[in-house]
Amino acid sequence: MLAFIIKRLANAVFVMLSVTFLAFVIFRFVGDPVDQMLNEQATQEQRDDLRERLGLDKPFLVQFTSFVGRAATGDFGISFRNQRDVLDMIAERFPATFELVLVATFISLIVGVPMGVITAIKRQSWYAETMQFTSIIGISLPSFVVGIGLILVFSVWLGWFPAFGRGDTVDLGWWTTGLLSSSGRMSIVLPALSLSLFQITLVMRLVRAEMLEVLRSDFIKFARARGIPARSIHFRHALRNCLMPVVTMTAMQIGGLIAFALVTETVFQWPGMGLLFIQAVTFVDVPIMAAYLCIVALIFVVLNAIVDMTYAVIDPRLRGAEK
Amino acid sequence: MSDQTSVKAVPSRMERFWDSDLWWSFKSHKSAVGAAIVLLLVIITAFLAPVLSPQNPYDLAALELWNAELPPIWMEGGQMPFLLGTDVQGRDILSGILYGTRISIIIGIASVAVSLVVGIGLGLMAGYYGGWIDNVLMRIGDVLLSIPIVLVAILVSSVAQQFLPPAFREVGVAAVLVLAIAMYSWVQYARVVRAQTMVERRKEYVMASRLVGTPARRLMLKHILPNTLTPIFVAATLNFGLAILIEATLSFLGVGMPPNQPSLGTLIRVGNQYLFSGSWWIVLFPSIQLCILVVAVNMLGDWLRDALNPKLR
Repeated sequence: MLAFIIKRLANAVFVMLSVTFLAFVIFRFVGDPVDQMLNEQATQEQRDDLRERLGLDKPFLVQFTSFVGRAATGDFGISFRNQRDVLDMIAERFPATFELVLVATFISLIVGVPMGVITAIKRQSWYAETMQFTSIIGISLPSFVVGIGLILVFSVWLGWFPAFGRGDTVDLGWWTTGLLSSSGRMSIVLPALSLSLFQITLVMRLVRAEMLEVLRSDFIKFARARGIPARSIHFRHALRNCLMPVVTMTAMQIGGLIAFALVTETVFQWPGMGLLFIQAVTFVDVPIMAAYLCIVALIFVVLNAIVDMTYAVIDPRLRGAEK
Repeated sequence: MSDQTSVKAVPSRMERFWDSDLWWSFKSHKSAVGAAIVLLLVIITAFLAPVLSPQNPYDLAALELWNAELPPIWMEGGQMPFLLGTDVQGRDILSGILYGTRISIIIGIASVAVSLVVGIGLGLMAGYYGGWIDNVLMRIGDVLLSIPIVLVAILVSSVAQQFLPPAFREVGVAAVLVLAIAMYSWVQYARVVRAQTMVERRKEYVMASRLVGTPARRLMLKHILPNTLTPIFVAATLNFGLAILIEATLSFLGVGMPPNQPSLGTLIRVGNQYLFSGSWWIVLFPSIQLCILVVAVNMLGDWLRDALNPKLR
């Protein structure tokens, strides 16, 4: 068990080091940082001075180690464009992204689980087949197209929901939330819906597959033989056995959603980390790009490692497996 | 099978195909047939774009500003030959879509091809030789799969575009996109091929072939590879849809195809700016085309996965 945890952690550290390396390469070689930070009138002396202060005259490996060291303490430098601390800028934007992802996950569970159950127990009915068919479409639709479609219908034509921004936010000191104001709640509907669509189909298909498996098992047959009402069999006995993989998958997907939210954020001009990143890409603001990559990868890797280790605790068979 | 001496009893390759389970399964799945027809139509119209489209959308001389922002033909103010209306520069939407689809499809096919070649090659080597080659390749794959795909593609594409010399930009952007997409998807093929190769390697026919002195390269390509192809085929179909999607997403975000060589994603990005000005057709029609294309590919892939899955027979 301990060996498994250590192996898994080592793997996570290795991945993070590789990502940091990628971030460092981008940081170091896309454009000359000195050119970006000084204006054109700077003398050669000033340039050399800055080069020395940034440590750019040192060997590659030394630079990389110090980059990793600083990244580990959360120091990603100063944004080229805004001259502000990068970590502060990302931290400011984090609540917006996190709320969006959370609401999207919530929607996907609320909608996806019942749909999965229905398609599994009423397999032959027309509505189950329709749902199954639309789920292929749901998986294929690009999320930005869904977002644009939602804006077109619900903002431009019907005018029910705002099309961009986050509405009024309430500052809790350490967190700014849009969920406490009515305009904030209205604003989150469309982005969260468009982000959750893919997730809904995923949850639905997973629940359906698991349900079909469980419904074939002996204890369900026994429950049927005992004359327990179908409703109780499906929801109390069968569904409960399906939820474990759904919960783990949802947890694992949160990392991916945080990364993927950047597309939704661009469509809805949602002021989250993703939008910050895309703007940084447009202006080649390298420190923000590097920091965003590291932070999102960290969330992703940590979540995956936790899920894997939880699995190993629950299911002892996995501990002996290779890797 | 030599053509001259073959007796009638031996069916030709084509005859065998018409008689196969796969073809039978295809015929009996309405959604698969429908998807295939739609996909063929989309591909044919895209590649016949120069013949079919009323206007060459890249030819700036053909654009007339007084034709700008015309609505589709069935609405008031719509004009022939602009069936689906025009954009703000007077460019015909339908022509733009046909040309854009062609770019999207080419990039999709190219990135699947690149990742197939790389993935199969590396997977065969990893599975056949094992040892450190296997370790290094699979570790690299692990790392790539541990980072969200969109992020990697955005970074690779935006960073690589910084380095493109201006003269090379026209072709270069597309090549960069292909690489950015392929960089991620080869891992999947490599893993499948590797796992299958490790199984096949220990089988008797491989042993026998090795004993007669077949070179490793020939052994891998001629004997082991054909036995790993079925799952690869399914994965490649589904990845083709995914590749088109990723390309469209990157172009939409502004790190993909530039507006002078628009793919469907670029058209949607440009049209998105006019969403609130009432010219909804500029963004809606390219979006619909993209959805049709990806849905058709995925439905075919879905059917193929079930049809080739021995467990579901």
